[in-house]
Amino acid sequence: MDNITTDPQESNGLSRRSALKGVGAMLGVAAFAKAIAPLTEWTQNISAEEFVQKHYKELTPIDLEIILHRLEKDTRDQYGADVTIKDYKPQEGVKFGYALNLSVCNGCRKCAEACHIENNHDRPSNQSYIRVFEMSKGSMDMEKGNVHYDHPVPQPDKFYMPVQCQQCERPPCVDVCPVEATWKEPDGIVVVDYNWCIGCRYCEAACPYHARRFNWTKPQISAIEINPIQSYLSNRIRPQGVVEKCHFCLHRTRNGRLPACLEACPTGARVFGNLLDPNSDVRQVLAHKRVFVLKEELGLKPQFFYFFDV
Amino acid sequence: MNAPTTTVPPATPHWRNYPRFLWTALLESVEGNWVFYVWMTFLTAIFLVGANAWAVQVRDGMHLTNMSDHVSWALYIANFTFLVGLAAGGVMMVIPSYLYHDEEMHDIVLIGELLAIAAIIMALMFVVCDLGRPDRFWHLIPGLGRFNFPVSMLTWDVIVLNGYLLINLHICGYLLYMRYLGRKPNRKWYVPFVFLSILWAISIHTVTAFLYCGLGSRPFWNTALLAPRFLTSAFVSGPAFIIVAIQVIRHAIGRKFGNGPIRTLVNIMRVTILINLLMVVSEVFVEFYTGGTHTSAAHYLYFGLHGHNALVPWIWSSVAMTVTAAILLLNPKVFSRSWMMNLACVLAFIGIWIEKGMGMVIPGFVPSVLHEVVEYTPSLLEWKIMAGIWALGLMIYTLAIKIAINVFRNSPLATKENANQTNSGPLAS
Repeated sequence: MDNITTDPQESNGLSRRSALKGVGAMLGVAAFAKAIAPLTEWTQNISAEEFVQKHYKELTPIDLEIILHRLEKDTRDQYGADVTIKDYKPQEGVKFGYALNLSVCNGCRKCAEACHIENNHDRPSNQSYIRVFEMSKGSMDMEKGNVHYDHPVPQPDKFYMPVQCQQCERPPCVDVCPVEATWKEPDGIVVVDYNWCIGCRYCEAACPYHARRFNWTKPQISAIEINPIQSYLSNRIRPQGVVEKCHFCLHRTRNGRLPACLEACPTGARVFGNLLDPNSDVRQVLAHKRVFVLKEELGLKPQFFYFFDV
Repeated sequence: MNAPTTTVPPATPHWRNYPRFLWTALLESVEGNWVFYVWMTFLTAIFLVGANAWAVQVRDGMHLTNMSDHVSWALYIANFTFLVGLAAGGVMMVIPSYLYHDEEMHDIVLIGELLAIAAIIMALMFVVCDLGRPDRFWHLIPGLGRFNFPVSMLTWDVIVLNGYLLINLHICGYLLYMRYLGRKPNRKWYVPFVFLSILWAISIHTVTAFLYCGLGSRPFWNTALLAPRFLTSAFVSGPAFIIVAIQVIRHAIGRKFGNGPIRTLVNIMRVTILINLLMVVSEVFVEFYTGGTHTSAAHYLYFGLHGHNALVPWIWSSVAMTVTAAILLLNPKVFSRSWMMNLACVLAFIGIWIEKGMGMVIPGFVPSVLHEVVEYTPSLLEWKIMAGIWALGLMIYTLAIKIAINVFRNSPLATKENANQTNSGPLAS
């Protein structure tokens, strides 16, 4: 309990004390600078243009052109791959829907693998937008399902249920996003602006289908494995620290092609098409099969349908 | 901005004098005895460890945490939730003092308001540490970014938390500045704000509960009882902290004050801790009596699920601590035996911290929405960041309290009010 006013050498004591304090403050500042030094290494990878980039919907065509070129250059610099990044717009009169035949799905997980390759997912984590559940016949209880099965498929007493983004009509992930980094496009696809997402992961908490993935690290993928046909809102290599999700392969489907998971399916379980076209395959399924959606009681109106043949 | 313009202007205008006052007060507050310096050095060291851990996390990615796509919020958001409660609970002592004109409470209202400020700053820091892209923080600023208001509850939280911070900064700043000038505070410059802060305190914890309970995807959170439970537990943890803080402060400055307020706070806790326990029991009843897969999170939390039981020790520790605290508080001897009261406060504080964190945030994610069980225990890096933020919060609180003490000491009003106070401790300098 030393009270400085009782110090006999008051002025000396004070100056010594202020000097000590100055040294202490300097040491503190130096230690703080050292402690947060990793941040400077990190900011070297973020250009000023990237930092001030506006939201996707506020970009002019010229802005977008410049950004796409920058992203191509970044991919070349960071991954050593020459890629083409475009921005494909939704088409008039199109609303995509997906249907999946649980009677024929055999659980081979070729869809998950195709997604992994098509969408330039992180290789070490074997990331994919699709999870395939092995379910016991006689029960729709997902608690009894298993995604980590490791045996020949199909097992006689099982059926298989792949789950990916259900592209809800009322997507809760979009509602909760505080910065509008994710939204539903006119053709029904819920997309993410990877350059706007702040990585709060509220959408991951809100999604009842486990459709969203967070980039816990910078995706690792070798140049030779990179799919060079990319687009801004879909399969370009995502930055670290942002959320991503299934986008129905919009870089393919907006150009008249089918999603990679459908093309990879050996059983023909997957049916994709335009819900607004009465003659589309997916509309035929909706018209003639007994169709259900996952967790219908939540009222989110998924645009992804399941059905059984028999 | 806090300077009133309607009162008689002093020699220098308030807008210049007020920052000068803050600066002088800050400089004075870093004077202290060796206990103070050891305490601050200790906190600085922990803070630096946390700052370094955060910088590494931002650079290398959040895979350094033990979070996953299954448990996508964890220790940071758990602390955030608890601290919002602590901030709300901080003004619990404001309510009796203003509503019931408890004059003795009036004097130490600042202890609670300053706690609210420190707790909100910590809460905001935990959110920033939880962001994958803190560099894009500006996207959240209304006008600059794209603010998804009013649909996203997170934008409501941004508004109410920052608003609460500003309100409390204004109240504390204004009251201290007036003291410093030796003037009687003008009621119209702070009383409306005090009442606003009471309402606002309830809103911050309600909105934070709405973040969770509005999600249909997570049955464990999807209960209307969540917001009332949050508030009730906040009104346990807030007073618990303040009771201990008052005792530390009066020990440090060698002045006996606050027995009346402590008694009031204990009486508040006696009620709120019981209501909180009642709410826990009623939730547990609904979960377990109903059964079914919607209640598997509660099963996982309390008894484990399919052999996974990482949270079981946490929640039972929490239950044991809260029940013990309740028993101690209800004992009439709690007022005469300070060890009993302090033990009850510490147990209640930690018990609620677990309940809001490992007992509320984590089981929302386990089992996952597709009923997979992926467990979570915090990584070393997460503990470091958490410790760093708490250390900084305690530093802020320590300095803020010292500023308040110094202002009260040196105020021209102090000489007559504290005439009987001769034992000036080290903080008086």
